[in-house]
Amino acid sequence: MTNTAETHALVQREKGKKHMIQRRLIPAYIFLIIISFISVFPLLWMISAATNTSLDVARGKIMFGTYAMQNFKNLIASQNLAGAMGNSFLYAIVQTVISMFVCSLAGFGFELYHDKNKDRLFSILLLAMMVPQVATMVPLFKMMSRAGLLNSVWAFILPSISTPFLIMMFRQNSRNFPNDLMQAARIDGLSETGIFFRMYVPIMKSTYAAAAVITFMNAWNAYMWPKVVMTDNRAQTMPMLIANIASGYSIDYGMLMMGVLFCSIPTMIVFFVLQKQFAEGITGAVK
Amino acid sequence: MKNEKSGSLMAKQRRAGWYYLMPGTVLITIMSFIPIINGFLTSLKTGSSANMKWASPLTYNYTRMFKDALFLRSMGNTFLYLVVEVPIMLILAILLAQLLNNHDLKFKGFFRTCVFLPCATSLVSYSLIFKSLFATDGLVNTVLCKLGILQTHYNFLGNPTSAKIIIILALIWRWTGYNMVFFLAGLQNIDYSVYEAAKIDGANGWQTFWKITVPLLMPTIVMTAIMSINGTLQLFDESVNLTNGGPANATITMSHYIYNNSMGQGVANFGYASALSFVIFVMVAILSFISMKAGDKRD
Repeated sequence: MTNTAETHALVQREKGKKHMIQRRLIPAYIFLIIISFISVFPLLWMISAATNTSLDVARGKIMFGTYAMQNFKNLIASQNLAGAMGNSFLYAIVQTVISMFVCSLAGFGFELYHDKNKDRLFSILLLAMMVPQVATMVPLFKMMSRAGLLNSVWAFILPSISTPFLIMMFRQNSRNFPNDLMQAARIDGLSETGIFFRMYVPIMKSTYAAAAVITFMNAWNAYMWPKVVMTDNRAQTMPMLIANIASGYSIDYGMLMMGVLFCSIPTMIVFFVLQKQFAEGITGAVK
Repeated sequence: MKNEKSGSLMAKQRRAGWYYLMPGTVLITIMSFIPIINGFLTSLKTGSSANMKWASPLTYNYTRMFKDALFLRSMGNTFLYLVVEVPIMLILAILLAQLLNNHDLKFKGFFRTCVFLPCATSLVSYSLIFKSLFATDGLVNTVLCKLGILQTHYNFLGNPTSAKIIIILALIWRWTGYNMVFFLAGLQNIDYSVYEAAKIDGANGWQTFWKITVPLLMPTIVMTAIMSINGTLQLFDESVNLTNGGPANATITMSHYIYNNSMGQGVANFGYASALSFVIFVMVAILSFISMKAGDKRD
């Protein structure tokens, strides 16, 4: 009795302190505003620099300018922008689609048909997580060049279609998949393939969304591997293109930032539209 | 009869399971396991890519690296980035997650989006943005000169110490929000009433942070720490694009040095590069075993 009365009094007091609470949080707000500004500023600067002449950028102009069109023209005159954008989209989309299919199928098989041998195999596959990219770079390069796949979409995507991370993500998230429903569907005569396409895929929609977002981002942003296998200029990706611009002796900052902007637009759109899925994709298999 | 039928059905199901996991398993085997074995064999050979032969002694490439000043420097650089960047970034990420988990805070979504935003840029993009910002004629120099802090324009990326500091700052900028996402997810698993109880008991923010948040987030802290160390050990894009390893290889990372040895202009020292990459492999493997041990405790 006294307890509830006490709690009640406390709640009343807390409510009365509403303004106090807000004042208590002022340092937190200031800190968050500063951090937010630092986080956003370089990107805003990148956009504004893309609209200014290189000289203005160097002079420290941070306001938006009117030179965007000229920067764009310089960019397409000196670089194969359309080609690189097209390549990046092609590679990232093909990788995402195939990767979703292969990894979800594997996660589905590992979790919903699991037995001792499959569990054992899965823990072996997890070992692939500790293989650093540089350690497989040379052997994979030799493999791709022997197979005549250099500068093709296959060279780009093959090493990253199937990853332990994605298989684990689908496997973990299949934990809650209704097993009874699967049995019922089997009794109703649905084939094993039917179960995957007609039940698993629709039910796991949100996992697919998160996995697809993270795969697309990784594929779009990939740099070291494309640099190794996409040696032909016509096969280059957006990150390679902007790295190219910046490797010159005198850098045209306006044009460079225009390129960086183009390289960032697709991932920015994905970020703003699918932020929740992106966050879920990052935390992925961690549940 | 009935038994037999259900038996064959079970067998059919089990087979279906194997079919499903086969493509993914085969791909990982061909694209990770076979190359790493190949890489190890290559690391025991010398010669250019066309005619490689077994090194004599077999460990030649491995003993060579300990006398390779440049490799030792790249290892030192990588460890420096790791030791300075990872703790600062993780502490900042936990702090931000803790602040954003406060139910009394307004504009949470806005702050979260802002802090998370750097993750939307590719590693090459942000490296180039930072390179431009800190260039001799970049914005930072201009502002510092106007404010009178600097007398003349300073070549931040031309000085080993300041170049390293800028790489570390850039890394913190890019990855803090990424790690914060893990901590926010971790905090959401903690019942908020624990915090309210602490508040009623008169605990201040600092005490709540150290006595509640940090212990309850320990598994997440261990996991993000291991992921960050793993990522830092493999640092490549920033070293290539922000400083190009310079000035005079003062900021080069291990992965960058390995790349230069194998795919760099005019060099195809596959054997030596493979041996070097095995050093990273061993480090990452040790880390992974530690993380598995830590993961066991969680279950």
